[in-house]
Amino acid sequence: MTTLLEVSGVSVTFDGFRAINNLSIQVAEPELRAVIGPNGAGKTTFMDIVTGKTRPDEGRVIWGEKNVSLLGMTESQIARAGIGRKFQKPTVFEAQTVRENLAMALKNKRGPFDVLFYRRSSRGAARIAELAEEIGLLNDLPRRAGELSHGQKQWLEIGMLLAQDPRLLLVDEPAAGMTPAEREHTTDILKRAAETRAVVVIEHDMEFIRRLGCKVTVLHEGSVLAEGSLDHVTQNQQVIDVYLGR
Amino acid sequence: MSKPEIAPRKRFLAENPSVLWFLGCLALFTLGVTVLSEGFGLAILSTSMVKILGMTLCLCLIAVAMDVVWGYCGILSLGHFAFFGLGGYAVGMWLMYARTEGIVISSLSGAPIPPTQGEIENAIATQIFGVVGSNELPWLWGFAHSLTLQLMMVVLVPGLLALVFGWLAFRSRVTGVYLSILTQAMTLALSLYLFQNDTGLRGNNGLSGLQNIPGLDHLPQSTLSLWFFWASALALGLGYLLFAWLVSGKFGSVIRAIRDNEARVRFLGYDVESYKLVIFTLTAVVSAIAGALYYPQAGIINPAEIAPIASIYLAVWVAIGGRGRLYGAVIGAAVVSLASSWFTGGGALNINLGIYTINWTDWWLVLLGLGFVAVTLFFPRGIGGLFDMIVRKP
Amino acid sequence: MRSFLLLARLVVTVLAIGLLSLLRPSEGLAQEGLQPLLQEYQAEIAKPSRSTVESVLDALMAADRPGTAEFLLRWQDRGVYERPDDGLFFYAEEGGDALRLIDIDSGAAVAEVSSREVNQIRPNSGVRGVIAAALVPFELNAPEPARRAVALDAIARSGEASQIDPLSRSIETETDPVLKERKERLLTLLTAQFASALPYRLAAIEGLSGDTSIEARGVLNQLTTRSPGVGTALPEGANMARVLEVGTDISEVEAYDRLVAANLAPPRQSATDRRDVLAQHIVDGAVGGVPLHLLNTDAARTRAYEALEAEGAVPPRAAEDEVARAVAAHAFYEVYTEPNAEVTTAAEDALATTSRALGLYQTLDLVLDGLSLASIFFLAAIGLAITFGVMGVINMAHGEFIMMGAYTGYVVQLFIPDYTVSLIVALPLAFVVTFGAGVAMERLVIRHLYTRPLETLLATFGISIALQQLAKNIFGTQARPLTAPDWLSGALTLNDIVSISNIRVAIFVLALIFLTLLLFILKRTRLGLEVRAVTQNPGMAASMGIDPDRINMLTFGLGSGIAGIAGVAIGLYAQVTSEMGANYIVQSFMTVVVGGVGNVWGTLAGASMIGFLQKGIEWFNPSNTLAAQTYMVLFVILFIQFRPKGIVALKGRAAGD
Repeated sequence: MTTLLEVSGVSVTFDGFRAINNLSIQVAEPELRAVIGPNGAGKTTFMDIVTGKTRPDEGRVIWGEKNVSLLGMTESQIARAGIGRKFQKPTVFEAQTVRENLAMALKNKRGPFDVLFYRRSSRGAARIAELAEEIGLLNDLPRRAGELSHGQKQWLEIGMLLAQDPRLLLVDEPAAGMTPAEREHTTDILKRAAETRAVVVIEHDMEFIRRLGCKVTVLHEGSVLAEGSLDHVTQNQQVIDVYLGR
Repeated sequence: MSKPEIAPRKRFLAENPSVLWFLGCLALFTLGVTVLSEGFGLAILSTSMVKILGMTLCLCLIAVAMDVVWGYCGILSLGHFAFFGLGGYAVGMWLMYARTEGIVISSLSGAPIPPTQGEIENAIATQIFGVVGSNELPWLWGFAHSLTLQLMMVVLVPGLLALVFGWLAFRSRVTGVYLSILTQAMTLALSLYLFQNDTGLRGNNGLSGLQNIPGLDHLPQSTLSLWFFWASALALGLGYLLFAWLVSGKFGSVIRAIRDNEARVRFLGYDVESYKLVIFTLTAVVSAIAGALYYPQAGIINPAEIAPIASIYLAVWVAIGGRGRLYGAVIGAAVVSLASSWFTGGGALNINLGIYTINWTDWWLVLLGLGFVAVTLFFPRGIGGLFDMIVRKP
Repeated sequence: MRSFLLLARLVVTVLAIGLLSLLRPSEGLAQEGLQPLLQEYQAEIAKPSRSTVESVLDALMAADRPGTAEFLLRWQDRGVYERPDDGLFFYAEEGGDALRLIDIDSGAAVAEVSSREVNQIRPNSGVRGVIAAALVPFELNAPEPARRAVALDAIARSGEASQIDPLSRSIETETDPVLKERKERLLTLLTAQFASALPYRLAAIEGLSGDTSIEARGVLNQLTTRSPGVGTALPEGANMARVLEVGTDISEVEAYDRLVAANLAPPRQSATDRRDVLAQHIVDGAVGGVPLHLLNTDAARTRAYEALEAEGAVPPRAAEDEVARAVAAHAFYEVYTEPNAEVTTAAEDALATTSRALGLYQTLDLVLDGLSLASIFFLAAIGLAITFGVMGVINMAHGEFIMMGAYTGYVVQLFIPDYTVSLIVALPLAFVVTFGAGVAMERLVIRHLYTRPLETLLATFGISIALQQLAKNIFGTQARPLTAPDWLSGALTLNDIVSISNIRVAIFVLALIFLTLLLFILKRTRLGLEVRAVTQNPGMAASMGIDPDRINMLTFGLGSGIAGIAGVAIGLYAQVTSEMGANYIVQSFMTVVVGGVGNVWGTLAGASMIGFLQKGIEWFNPSNTLAAQTYMVLFVILFIQFRPKGIVALKGRAAGD
């Protein structure tokens, strides 16, 4: 287990409001990690910083074996470096088919001319079929993504995330709007993915996290309140205070 | 390994029957116009009508380019007519220079002593720039003597402008309405620049006499108009094919994704800015080629052609025709521009209301404006949307 | 001498025009007419000479009878006639072949005679000069201030040395402070130009330094007038301004041209001349042995010409080295026309000080210009800032609302002829008209497009072309006048450089009023609160009982209404045409975007920046406003690259998107 992502001493201020306050988190490869915390604790902002959407006021974000700083990179460069993200609200390209959505996410060269002269290959088609089967959308490949149900869109986005084949998966509330059976399936997928790579999951649902059975980081007011197994952190008095809203 | 390489090409036309349909219609139309034209002999269509149709084909080409940049990539550029105009200027410079050169040489040939190169150049400069009170050839005209170089300029100048402008604009992530206003500002700056007398392009006089092709003086306009008509049809066909191929594959998938949610595309690892830049520049170059074919048929180009309003009209055509489908843009450009010349040319009968007579030369723009509002409000898919109804009903 | 006389005549003629009307009313008060006095000096007046005229003038001045000035004017203008029968003097008018004699005192026509029956009195030029000089001091001490002012104007227009004494004497008795100040100024100017005593003159010149009035600068410029000169050596004793170095101060070509102009060197042969000469020497299809068809290069022509030179058939031409030699052999310089070096040095120093002051005032003037342009942009853009910034709606028809406002003003003037009243009516009416148009547009079109901003842009553009064409159909294509009332048509003038027209001041004031009004509405009123609430979260606002539809409608109406008032203001100084709105729309958008969207202060900042920038660029190249606009737009494009959110960016936005 080596450290893949190191966030240290990061702070962000929005309009005088400190969303992230001297946050430090390390994620190893492979690892499955859950991040929990009350609303406004800075969970999503943490993902925004790692993926380059938000620039922190101070602090370092170091990536990979070569210790590259992610702060100077654009969103797309970070994505190409191997960080994939699933958004809280499913964002798929609704005007395009499920197949097109997956094909776009498929790990390939991303330059405009590479894409322009890209030729569909049987290997790519096979990979898409494999992913579609995994997310239960094999029969929906020619359908427009906009026609899918909320849960199916969640699946599609997870499928796109897997198609990217990233080293680090940042997953924001993957189980929202899913049936218990689908949740279980999601847990399986995430657990399997975490066997070879780093996966960070934000969730509110304690049941879901318990099933993941991984290390948990509790965020509060923009910094880490507690870290450890779920049982360990739920016995922490501070965490109990925060969650009970004292 | 070779099999999947061949397969997609087969699939392209098979998957896009509309392209075949379009090319077929275009070929039939070209054939029809040729047979009916004055140059061919039947003379049912006058030479000026052939020119109008040829020019309309050029407008269809730029409309297709506009559709790609706006309908597919989501960049509402209010500046593509600037590139169209630049293409026209680039080719117009050669046409005007070469033609003036011919006139000057023939007028000097009567002199007892043959003219020197310097004398010829001076005479040309005086002839061209006398109207703006200058008798020197500006540096801009350094390549004007050579058709090859000037044709390169048709592609290079608008291409470079689009590249630099696009790089600046996309890099700082100017999007949406702001980008539209920025492109409009670019067009305004360019037309203001060209309106000046001392910038080397004859100010508001523009370039004229472009319908006379140097070296082809012996051919009648009826023949030349047909040649340009064919060239325009060919350009439209090739341009349509290029863009249809561009938007059909994975590239098309990516740019449509950029249109719908560019932030999400970034998180997939695509460098959104370079895609936009490629599209912006490529469409600018195609627009310039369309302009280079248009103005020799129009005969005159002046800075008013580049004014911001022209680019907005372009957006109007594409919107009326139907965005996000290439044939929609062609239909929009053809219908609106032909209707425009029919109404303003006195083709439509005036309507006498007893107390007031509706004169269409005056009221056409009112009709167009209100019609356009109606299309935006009630038929956002434009005329092309009607095809969906027909095709998808069964 | 000749020009001097002409000037003098001019002075007098001008004086006459001013005086004739003034003199008439005092006639009734005269105890005694002028004619009897004239008869006392009958001989001297009828046959004036330099030796006698002075005494006559002194006597006439001393008596100061009404009409004296007019008589003097006519006298020197050869407008006085003597009737030999009785020796009486008359003025005369030509009427056909005959002359109509007019009595000097009553001004009534008394007789018609042929020109043979009377003698025209023709003073020679010397006498006329003396009369003219006498007239000025005469008027300078006139009892009526208006007459004195006219005399001062005459001196200001064409001063001369002889006026110094009477002017300085008249200062002591001057009672009117304004005229006194003016007299002192004129005295300084005259002294600087003409005083014979050098110290006085130098002091006067120094007194002019820093004076930016056109007259003062005119005097100094005249004193430092230079004339170009060329010669084999520098002239002795001349007041040298500078020696020109060939190559740095003056190009060799120019220098040679000067030599040619001064007949010190033969003219250079132009290419055309040479061609013509060659053409005259064509022999058997060749010139100087060079075949004709080869003569299409300069080198071949030179060879042919040299061959002809060798034959002696043509005159030798000036070769390049001859030109250089001739230029080297001569000195090129500039001399002052004023011979006294001390005077020119003092004048140059004074001029330097003046030009510094001038720079200062020009900057001030530029600032005022920029301010008024900024006010116009602000007025044009502020309505847009409300609809675009607050509601996120792109209204391409905003320019047409400006036009609508201007046409409203024009129509009101058709019905109300009094410009002030019509303006007072037009301003609120324009607001009402465009408010109505804005609300109608919002209800009918924009309401349906709130989620599609780019389509709003296009739909409003459709409305814009329809409205523009509609205006053309109703009002025609030619410009319509919107006349400002008299009290707005003047200008505020600080000095000869700094002035600003009242309309622009009014527009500035109007812009200020709108700024305060809008800030007040948005920050202090219920409407403003609701507008801000709807802007931030329409759903939440609706759940709190605010009707977003109503707010959107009102906001849009307000923005459009302001455009209407701006239209009246802009129409007052620009022309009212159907395209006037289109001329402002792009600039207005740039103002809003540069300033920062959604903020009144931002619009103000944007308008100021664009206004000042445009004036600043125009200052570098005043002849070319198109170029200024081009560079301004380019600057805006670049500016947006570096500050995409404008000068006043809304805070917290970074978090929002």
